[in-house]
Amino acid sequence: MTVLVILDHDSHGIKQPARSAVAAASQLGPVHVLVAGENIAAAAEAAARLPGVEKVIKADAPAYAHALAEPLAALLVALAPDYTHLLAAATASGKNVMPRVAALLDVQPISDVSAVVDADTFIRPIYAGNALATVKSRDAKKVITVRATGFDPVPADGGAAEIVPAPAVDGPTRARFVSAELSKSERPELTAARVVISGGRGMQSGENFHLLDTIADRLHAAVGASRAAVDAGFVPNDYQVGQTGKIVAPELYVAVGISGAIQHLAGMKDSKVIVAINKDEEAPIFQVADYGLVADLFKALPEFASELEKAS
Amino acid sequence: MKLLVPVKRVVDYNVKVRVRADGSGVETSGVKMSMNPFDEIAVEEAVRLKEKGVASEIVAVSMGVAACAETLRTALAMGADRGILVETEVELQPLAVAKLLRAIVEKESPRMVILGKQAIDDDMNATGQMLAALLGWPQGTFASKLVIEGDQALVTREVDGGLETVSLTLPAIVTTDLRLNEPRYASLPNIMKARKKPIDILKPADLGVDPSPRLAVLNVAEPPRRQAGKKVASVAELVDKLKNEAKVI
Ligand SMILES: Cc1cc2nc3c(=O)[nH]c(=O)nc-3n(C[C@H](O)[C@H](O)[C@H](O)COP(=O)(O)OP(=O)(O)OC[C@H]3O[C@@H](n4cnc5c(N)ncnc54)[C@H](O)[C@@H]3O)c2cc1C
Ligand SMILES: Nc1ncnc2c1ncn2[C@@H]1O[C@H](COP(=O)(O)O)[C@@H](O)[C@H]1O
Repeated sequence: MTVLVILDHDSHGIKQPARSAVAAASQLGPVHVLVAGENIAAAAEAAARLPGVEKVIKADAPAYAHALAEPLAALLVALAPDYTHLLAAATASGKNVMPRVAALLDVQPISDVSAVVDADTFIRPIYAGNALATVKSRDAKKVITVRATGFDPVPADGGAAEIVPAPAVDGPTRARFVSAELSKSERPELTAARVVISGGRGMQSGENFHLLDTIADRLHAAVGASRAAVDAGFVPNDYQVGQTGKIVAPELYVAVGISGAIQHLAGMKDSKVIVAINKDEEAPIFQVADYGLVADLFKALPEFASELEKAS
Repeated sequence: MKLLVPVKRVVDYNVKVRVRADGSGVETSGVKMSMNPFDEIAVEEAVRLKEKGVASEIVAVSMGVAACAETLRTALAMGADRGILVETEVELQPLAVAKLLRAIVEKESPRMVILGKQAIDDDMNATGQMLAALLGWPQGTFASKLVIEGDQALVTREVDGGLETVSLTLPAIVTTDLRLNEPRYASLPNIMKARKKPIDILKPADLGVDPSPRLAVLNVAEPPRRQAGKKVASVAELVDKLKNEAKVI
């Protein structure tokens, strides 16, 4: 019963959601991991240091440079016979690749698993997290994406796995990478930050997000947003927290000028402490907030920044 | 070129669903049903491609109970040309939907299938990728921009770090994200016209597919509920509470 986890990585090493996927895999059996990309020696070494990982399969080839689903799925299918479970974090990349793998293996994938019950049985949120389904797979092999907030990530260090090269696999070639426009930020990533501060439509403009930046700098927080703020062009798409954006569960989540629609709550309601700042005391966000401040954000945010300065 | 657009009938996004007391699922009787919002975006994109002269025909497909015909009517009122209803009482999971769609693709030979990225009921985010795999087609998931140039589809995708553009050789699969477009409302004359557009009704057996679910749902439960906390009177009190009570800053 060996489990294969495909790891998201970047120049800094193995991403935190991928380390949560390794934690989920460790509940199922011995863990092998796949690191695919181009010039990925450092990432493969980082993977080998993850506690609980027995073997790192390194697929270093131009075909994997941009994590396109088509070649990656072909590689995973070639590796699949040795494994009972194939896992990835439910990141944009994991969600793109794993269902493709599942279909090639004639398996129904199990998306966004938040808890492992046993080797065949898993819990996953449905209806924007308003219900939790316990599902049992009848497939011989399981193909799973893991909701990172459900599993404490394994530490980045402590293991010493062997690294082996992946077999060469011919993948389809009808998809080609053209370009990427990645948001640049010195801040922690949304899905890894200890503190997240998000702005909604109430922020009124992209410039006003600097009011959040000042506070985020003080708290070493990531900055997020509601769909309305992204749709209005205040911030890029990768800021979106929610059912169809990123799922976060930081120690502290601060929602500013966000009403608290079901779809937004789906992405943040498992945060440890929730703060809401909203001028409408009836806003649904207050129903999930540990601390609610009914106030105009344009007054409250500068005060928040100066209180933090005082307190530090 | 011909486009195929699968549209799912789901509980409307404004409804806060209730979990049935016996743990068998969520209450769907007497609840407002609508087209999955991502599928509205898919239909809109198809209609725009037709308006630009890129697409020649739009076929909408819905699978499930007989009432899915209503969802097809909505797609037809938005501008789809005809509908296919695959009628079944069986609970359809993405693998079954993808196999049924493959069979329809083999009959209809579209150049592109545009799906929603995610159905907001099962939150699977899987069917498009699975259909692409079964057909051996390239996939452009989570699209926020779609441009057709000759035999290439240029798809700008919403990814975790921002945006990424891929070029796919047609035929291809595209799944929609929220920013692709803003779907239109169907006008009354178009709703009337849609009543006359044809809908073919098939059964899974007609397509040679066994739709049985592979995932057994053992139980559906309410998630743990958060208690509403307290209101603070000032920013100073908030910072004090975060520091000394919650101890998170
Ligand atoms: C298919 C689908 C998927 C979706 N996915 C997501 C998702 O992933 N994430 C998501 O967030 N949403 C998602 N949504 C959208 C969701 O339904 C809401 O429309 C959205 O979350 C609203 O954003 P908002 O709270 O910023 O805006 P609004 O609901 O407009 O709320 C703005 C709030 O700001 C407050 N405000 C205004 N001015 C001030 C001020 N000066 N000071 C203080 N407060 C002020 C107002 O009182 C109000 O409560 C989705 C919707 C659909 C249909
Ligand atoms: N029963 C269905 N009928 C028609 N289309 C469907 C059905 N189920 C899924 N789809 C399509 O597949 C997309 C993704 O669904 P899912 O993989 O279930 O999240 C939806 O947005 C639809 O475009």
